[in-house]
Amino acid sequence: MPKDTGIGASSKRREDIRFLTGKGQYTDDINRPGQTYAYILRSDIAHGVINGIDTGAASAMPGVIRVFTSADMEGLGGVPCGWQVTDKNGDPMKEPMHPILAAGKVRHVGDPIAVVVGETLDQARDAAEKIELDITELPAVMDMASAIQGGAAVHDDVPDNLCFDWEFVAENKDAVDAAIAGAHHVTTLELTNNRLVANPMEPRAAIGEFEPGTGDYTLYTTSQNPHVIRLLMGAFVLSIPEHKLRVVAPDVGGGFGSKIYHYAEEAFVTWAAAQIKRPIKWVADRSEDFISAAQGRDHVTKVELAMDAYGNFLALRCSTLANMGAYLSTFAPCVPTWLHGTLLAGNYKTPVIFTNVKAVFTNTVPVDAYRGAGRPEATYQLERTIDKAAREMGIDPIELRRRNFIQPDQYPYATPVAVEYDTGNYDATMSKAAEMADVAGFQGRKAASAANGKLRGLGIASYIEACGIAPSSLVGALGARAGLFECATVRVNPTGNISVFTGSHSHGQGHETTFAQVVADMVGCPEENVDIVHGDTSKIAFGMGTYGSRSLAVGGAAIVKSMEKIIAKASKIAAHLMEASADDVVFKDGQFSVQGTDKSVAWGDVCLTAYVPHNFPHDQLEPGLEETSFYDPANFTYPAGAYICEVEVDPDTGVVDVQSFVAADDFGNVVNPMIVEGQVHGGLAQGLGQAMMEHAVYDENGQIASGSFMDYAMPRAADFPMFEVDHSCNTPCTHNPLGVKGCGEAGAIGSPPALVNAVVDALAERGVTHIDMPLTPARVWSALNG
Amino acid sequence: MEMSGERLIAAPRGVVWKALNDPEVLKACIPGCEEIEQTSPTELTAKVTQKVGPVKAKFTGQIELSDIVPEESYRISGTGKGGAAGGASGGAAVSLTETDDGTMLTYQAEAKVTGKIAQLGARLIDGFAKKMADQFFSRFQEVVEGPKGDAEATEGDGADGDVPADEKKGLWARLTGA
Repeated sequence: MPKDTGIGASSKRREDIRFLTGKGQYTDDINRPGQTYAYILRSDIAHGVINGIDTGAASAMPGVIRVFTSADMEGLGGVPCGWQVTDKNGDPMKEPMHPILAAGKVRHVGDPIAVVVGETLDQARDAAEKIELDITELPAVMDMASAIQGGAAVHDDVPDNLCFDWEFVAENKDAVDAAIAGAHHVTTLELTNNRLVANPMEPRAAIGEFEPGTGDYTLYTTSQNPHVIRLLMGAFVLSIPEHKLRVVAPDVGGGFGSKIYHYAEEAFVTWAAAQIKRPIKWVADRSEDFISAAQGRDHVTKVELAMDAYGNFLALRCSTLANMGAYLSTFAPCVPTWLHGTLLAGNYKTPVIFTNVKAVFTNTVPVDAYRGAGRPEATYQLERTIDKAAREMGIDPIELRRRNFIQPDQYPYATPVAVEYDTGNYDATMSKAAEMADVAGFQGRKAASAANGKLRGLGIASYIEACGIAPSSLVGALGARAGLFECATVRVNPTGNISVFTGSHSHGQGHETTFAQVVADMVGCPEENVDIVHGDTSKIAFGMGTYGSRSLAVGGAAIVKSMEKIIAKASKIAAHLMEASADDVVFKDGQFSVQGTDKSVAWGDVCLTAYVPHNFPHDQLEPGLEETSFYDPANFTYPAGAYICEVEVDPDTGVVDVQSFVAADDFGNVVNPMIVEGQVHGGLAQGLGQAMMEHAVYDENGQIASGSFMDYAMPRAADFPMFEVDHSCNTPCTHNPLGVKGCGEAGAIGSPPALVNAVVDALAERGVTHIDMPLTPARVWSALNG
Repeated sequence: MEMSGERLIAAPRGVVWKALNDPEVLKACIPGCEEIEQTSPTELTAKVTQKVGPVKAKFTGQIELSDIVPEESYRISGTGKGGAAGGASGGAAVSLTETDDGTMLTYQAEAKVTGKIAQLGARLIDGFAKKMADQFFSRFQEVVEGPKGDAEATEGDGADGDVPADEKKGLWARLTGA
């Protein structure tokens, strides 16, 4: 029986009422008294030496309050990087200065050069046209393979453009080489993971404010993690202590990773507001976001998979060039390394694995985590290569995967790439997906398509991801410069309703609904008695934010821990009221009762007693009913599943028609099935968008050629059939109190290889073995027609 | 982007060369050119208004003539700043050879755009640059070849590739002394 409230119920998303009626409060909806407007003059070339910036004429324009360049910002820190990777020689990665405004050189189209602060945005924009730039253009560093061979350098202090050269697992290198040399068969595939623009519905925005009377700063920003921004910006860039800096991330219209990072514009508006003693608002338009918000993916990889005669995987060897862009974004170095190398075992028993990752600076927009972050790249490599191997070995692609799956009795399973999977059942999700996709009937459908002159293909993919990021001590050892716990405060108010203050941040995930379901379920109260507060460092004790499918697994766990403390304390108060021992008190459906008696007291009475403590165990307890918890996970969580995609290709036009897409996911326990299904749908759309149409293209001069929605194709509902989603094959996570694994990124991780495998399957009879994403009609047609 | 082409112009090489070095002729022939001013024997400044796809901008630019071999060849190059719209730069190597029917003008040109024009109009640039080159050389040919018998009948409005007939006559007179 589906539940209609609490954990397991498909409660409607309460936040949608304000989003769908235009009542959301996004950063650009906020206006502060005396507010001014910033317009940022950005580089329109990819690489050049700044000889001079003349702001004289601009400063004299009407409405201009001040024009800022890097010369005004001496003494401030650069934009920091939050993760340090150690290269194969034990040296730290190269971490060149990332100034708030370009200093000395411009390094990508969109690099901020100067900011005009004006009374109105129009005045600021007009004045920016009067800024005289004297810039000598340099050759743009674009191609990663040639960039590391010498020539022009993006940063003078990194002459070979190599940020780091990373090997993992270094001690397995020889074993992998030997296994490949002696294998029955080795399947080799070279592929590109195409660069993407995150394109959340709301472009970035920031408002900086300074209160001269108190010395307090406030930053309103489009962030997925306001406390992290407070830490990075306050401590490393502007030297503002936390108690004088408030960061508010109000309603945020999507992030997909691109709003995790600390951006120069946030530091600028906060700092400059104190210079002019007035609030400053900056809002990116879509064009500006295309050239300034962190982009995703952009890996070029060679994969070699060694097998014995039965198709058992013996070893995997990968080498990747990972594009960092012009500067290191906050978490950029960990994406191609620890979020990627550690997932190369996939769902399989491959005994030894080695990967080499070279991270390269280029004159492009910085690259960082984007929905999935490293794990889609790992999954794509693995699942494309396995598909190619199945064809080369003459083994059915589902059968080849099954032969190599980690088996249910092998958990906990330590992979050769440093992670330990707690639970899973990959055969179960594969069987479920095969049933939903009617794999058995595929040959009949293929024959029907052939009769119509169409090529039909079936694409299989398994995936696994490491979510619930992350055990702090582990990630600290791997180079993280932060802990990755989560914090939650549960405040039970005197009449029994509950305010939850969570460090997780919701920007589309539906936390306000899901978290309330968890709390209501534990109390036995209506969901509407619970409010979820997030996104403001002045209200919430602490937080590490939302990314890596961590909010329910880590943030939800922190809420559960606080609720457990609340219930324990409330039980003691109830015991006092009922003159019983606390050990005999049970709490169920909103009632505290004494076991074996008919004595009971309601939740509301206990809450009131906590705040009106006339009859109260003052010798044991303090009044009030509020608890804060910090939850640091013991391990990652490992959502996994099987995706099957069926396509029909028109050989005359190269158009790919997705006929069906099924997703059988194991997310562990599910709190709100409807929200989970929605998250999967969104992830699938983004993954299929990458596979079929999205591509950030730069020309050889570093100009972005797909820099608007006219040229950067975003997927639309009409591009896909209704996705069929199942999450019945679940193996609950063993180490968090809810048994949940996370569902936000799965769709974007598993779907690209499923789609590409399907198209290659359709085209295999015509000799096609691989097509690089995106599989546009032009690329598909070209593959068919040489 | 790069492009090349050639035009047979029914005029003596000396006249064609003179036209290639005449700011007034260049002004009449560069599409969208509103002002041109010679600042040295080989340098000019110009103001040009153009629309690339969705972006319309007024460019302020420098034009430079180099590699000059009188009556034979030169290189004309220019850079333009279009403010918030971005920038454009390009050049052409132009050479002249005498033929029985007049003068063969051959050119090899390249063009590059930056900023918002590149961001929004990249896929339009090749066609745009080719159209600009075609317009320039068509106008140039008209001006240098002088008024034809039916010039009045085909009088254009100057808006799309045509130089107004009376302006053409005036320029032709400048070039030929007629």
